[in-house]
Amino acid sequence: MYYIDPHIHMVSRTTDDYATLARMGCVAMSEPAFWAGYDRGSADGFRDYFRQLTEVEPARAAQFGIRHFCWLCINAKEAENVQLSRDVLKLIPEFLDCANVLGIGEIGLNKNTRNEAIIFQEHVELAIEHQQAVLIHTPHLEDKHQGTKMILDMLADHPELAPGSVLVDHVEEHTVKAVLDAGYWAGMTLYPVTKCTPSRAVDIIEMVGAERLCVNSAGDWGPSKPTAVPDLIMEMRRRGHRESLIRKIVFDNPREFFQQSKNFDLADPANR
Amino acid sequence: MNAQEILDQEFLTIRSKLLDIAAALDRIQRGDGDPADDARMELVSEAIDIVGSTQLHRAERIQLLFSRQYDQAWKSKFQLNSGA
Repeated sequence: MYYIDPHIHMVSRTTDDYATLARMGCVAMSEPAFWAGYDRGSADGFRDYFRQLTEVEPARAAQFGIRHFCWLCINAKEAENVQLSRDVLKLIPEFLDCANVLGIGEIGLNKNTRNEAIIFQEHVELAIEHQQAVLIHTPHLEDKHQGTKMILDMLADHPELAPGSVLVDHVEEHTVKAVLDAGYWAGMTLYPVTKCTPSRAVDIIEMVGAERLCVNSAGDWGPSKPTAVPDLIMEMRRRGHRESLIRKIVFDNPREFFQQSKNFDLADPANR
Repeated sequence: MNAQEILDQEFLTIRSKLLDIAAALDRIQRGDGDPADDARMELVSEAIDIVGSTQLHRAERIQLLFSRQYDQAWKSKFQLNSGA
């Protein structure tokens, strides 16, 4: 089955991974801007990173017939540095017309601090000003529940931002309902130890339904599995779910969410 | 699938994961010292109680057990304006 991975950090992955993903049926992916594993020293470091996301990775993906899209921001971890964050926020508009940019992301919270919240709000305002969709990172482990609620509080302060243009990512059993009930899209991340397993993600689909719900691998430089979405497909098949439901989760839903971005176009491979 | 069929499919996985937990707790106990005062041991014990309960939504309840408290007044504590 062909699929879209709506959240994967290919700057951290090898060219062999692109080949493997293509063989597994991946036809498109989106790569949110994130933490590089170290704090960058200047806004120019982010300018180079944004060029990597908008020039280098789409070309690498295209070698394997995969469409590569991306999201731009300063991540929540480095957002603790407010001055650096504001310098990076000033850079973002010059990249928004690049052919593969879908919006602002992955913004969010990391340790749920005041500075992170300030920069989150400034990203949301930038998204509203430039009519961009938003992809949101929620914190890990013990900080997730508190951080997700704080994010929903801040989003509620911006009624001009349509809930349907926002995806709140890394939801789990204790956060998914609040996100969906508020009208946002939700993403489940299949990631070892700290996030969802394929089995638990399928449990969540069975409990809350498939509307506005996506799954991703968030493959990055940490222990992660870029082929986690096919693992979910296999788990859904093992449980006897309909192919149409599987396709909705792994292709139709991310495609519908991305289609709000003017830079997104992806023909259904079934119609080629 | 009905509940019996799901149990047939999941039994060996459940057994294996319970053994992993039991073995990890044995490993801690065999180690030098005693972390009984570590708050995480109490959380583990409470989580095991949830696993053994008969109420639905065990996974969600364990997630909440391991979560920091959300404070509705967080914005005023951070002195943040609504909508920045």
